[in-house]
Amino acid sequence: MSTRFSRRQFLKLGALIAGGMATLGAARSRTFDELARAVGDTAARLPLFRANAQTTGELIGADGEPMTHAPAAPAATNQRRYVMVIDLAKCDGCKECTTACSAMHFVPPGQEWIKVFENRDNKVAGAYWFPRPCMQCDNTPCAKVCPVGATFKREDGIVLIDQERCIGCRYCIAACPYASRYFNWAEPPHTSEELAQKYSVELNYPHRKGVVEKCIFCPALAREGKIPACASACRMNAIYFGDQVEDVVTNHAGETVSFTQLIREKGGFRYMEDLGTEPRVWYLPPRDRVYPAPKG
Amino acid sequence: MFRQSSREDVLFQPLQSNSVRFYAFIAILLAVIAWAAYAYFVQLRDGLVVTGLRDYVFWGIYMTNFVFFIGISHAGTLISAILRVTGAEWRRPITRMAEAITVFALLIGGPMIIIDMGRPDRLLNLLQSGRLQSPILWDLISITTYIAGSLMYLYLPMIPDLAECRDRLTDAPAWKRFIYRTLSLGWRGNAEQKHRLEKGVAIMAVLIIPVAVSVHTVVSWIFGMTLRPGWHSTIFGPYFVVGAIFSGIAAILLAMVIFRRVYRLEAYLTEKHFRYLGLLLLVMDIIYIYFTLSEYLTMAYGNDAADQRVMQLLFGGDFAPVFWAMILGGFVLPAFMLALPNLVKIPARQAAATPLLRPLAAMGALAVFAVMAFSPTGASADLQVVALWPLLRILSILVALAGLLWLALPVMRAHPIATIVVASILVNVAMWLKRYIIIVPTLYSPRVPIQGVPWEWAHYTPTWVEWSITAGAFATFILLYTLFSKMFPVISIWETSERDA
Repeated sequence: MSTRFSRRQFLKLGALIAGGMATLGAARSRTFDELARAVGDTAARLPLFRANAQTTGELIGADGEPMTHAPAAPAATNQRRYVMVIDLAKCDGCKECTTACSAMHFVPPGQEWIKVFENRDNKVAGAYWFPRPCMQCDNTPCAKVCPVGATFKREDGIVLIDQERCIGCRYCIAACPYASRYFNWAEPPHTSEELAQKYSVELNYPHRKGVVEKCIFCPALAREGKIPACASACRMNAIYFGDQVEDVVTNHAGETVSFTQLIREKGGFRYMEDLGTEPRVWYLPPRDRVYPAPKG
Repeated sequence: MFRQSSREDVLFQPLQSNSVRFYAFIAILLAVIAWAAYAYFVQLRDGLVVTGLRDYVFWGIYMTNFVFFIGISHAGTLISAILRVTGAEWRRPITRMAEAITVFALLIGGPMIIIDMGRPDRLLNLLQSGRLQSPILWDLISITTYIAGSLMYLYLPMIPDLAECRDRLTDAPAWKRFIYRTLSLGWRGNAEQKHRLEKGVAIMAVLIIPVAVSVHTVVSWIFGMTLRPGWHSTIFGPYFVVGAIFSGIAAILLAMVIFRRVYRLEAYLTEKHFRYLGLLLLVMDIIYIYFTLSEYLTMAYGNDAADQRVMQLLFGGDFAPVFWAMILGGFVLPAFMLALPNLVKIPARQAAATPLLRPLAAMGALAVFAVMAFSPTGASADLQVVALWPLLRILSILVALAGLLWLALPVMRAHPIATIVVASILVNVAMWLKRYIIIVPTLYSPRVPIQGVPWEWAHYTPTWVEWSITAGAFATFILLYTLFSKMFPVISIWETSERDA
């Protein structure tokens, strides 16, 4: 074989280069851009690239926001984004939120869907009470890893569990940084009142063995326009619940305030913000406390 | 078509007769399995409450077994596929044993996940509503592909031997003859058949390697994809793959020494095979120590509070005894056992000095145990002391190890196979512990503090149910492997005789 270019090889190479240029040219053209965008859009809608778009059948945009055909229009009345604010300056650790929650949801023993911790960030600042419900994260670590879509994010921001689908692998418990999830290790004790209800994902009971449970923001009460059991049981008025779209939150005393104003003025924060989970539960810092601090 | 030599007769011996000891062995295995089945029945009836698992430590030794068995399964790929692809001729008598380990380890490892599930009755949900975004689905796909692939990879090179069984074992029971006849697919060993078979095996050998790598990578990603300290690590994929091959080699060495002894395969499995595999084990051991150092030093050197809690548990807390036993006894000691007999050559003129040195080493080793006996235990001692003692303790253990190794060196030289096998046992135990050490300490240190729960809910002690099911898993593995070896030649006849020809 000759090492020099033959005429035939030269022509072949020329044709190749010409073809390549033509392809590149096409790539620059409008048609190609449109094609690329169409492919991109389709890919963004595929479940593979989305954490939340299962089970409910409701469409959620690629950025996690609900898809509306007229984004500029004011929010429809039925469109809610539930949010909770917990004022740590008011919480006195009485745990009545936990008690009320457990009673309302027939929570199996050993589980505290809203659990009151005695937190202490450092030695100087001292201890404070810290109620921890499910954070209803917008960037939902639990729903992301669920192998069967049993736990899922709803358009109104609530993360629910379908206990008729859950396989009990507990991967969501591994994924949740807030330890908000519990497992029914045994058959939970039942009451006739609990068993009288027909199971729905908004109730999460009758409870059953071998599946995962957690705080669900009392969606059944939210439907009726009521605040959750924990918020209405809080006699310190520390727990606010409301709608971020309407920008309003309410507590047990009926004190109704602007959500954004409350967070802005009181320096609201979210637990473990740096993990990027985008919780829907906000905290107000424990300053100017209205209760004696825990001994801690 | 095959030369009928007395050497090959020994390979057919186990297929033709069963001893009383064999039946007794099978009976013991079946008893263990039956007990495990009862334990699983109890777990199904009462729920996972019968395990030591609770909401903080929600994964335990079932997951440990899962990772361990999937790890063992890498024996087959490495020995067989990689050595076949690289044309290492000495692999020939080992390949079938290795491939069989792969298949049976997967058949045991995969279902460990099902045993760990709260609702195994809903297993099919994984197919009906499986989400590709979940690493569990990656595992499902990867492991089932691996099972299918490795079954094929075990079966293809077995066809000529099956034909040999069909032709030779004419007095076998009818069902056995039926199996040999059916599975040998009319093999006659002509050139065309051989050509096709070699092509098929070659293709499978190449295909199975990426699948195997993917399997242990996605197993690690179950942990790596969470935000938990100690799990959320970028090196977990390769770390697990290396660990899998490491434990896989140790497993194949154990299988080799057992079959060599029980089936008298000394003519096939020579000291050379143990030495070569021992060197591979040494290489993987060193790579694994490197990965381990890299992982823990990076975490320990930083100040991340969540990482520090896990490190504290490992280095000086609840898990320190297991952790250091694993590192020193399971990784470092085997490395010296595998390396030293090859490296240290004591010249004749120094031989006179050694009797003097050995008692010194022995005394050193004894002194070390004295130091350890008087050192404070636990992490409760005040900080000043805590900083000093672990260092002293580790140093003293190292001195003790060195002393014992020095003492044992002539013994290790005289018994190279036994040395390699002991190292393999240490490695296998350590690798099981390593998976436990990966899973449990992380669950002891969640980001949210553990408060207001009974001590048992925040700590993990496996119950009799978990230990029974674990014993059952090992017994089933051994049973499947034993039955396989009684049914089919454990050494590839056509491949070993081909080389001799």
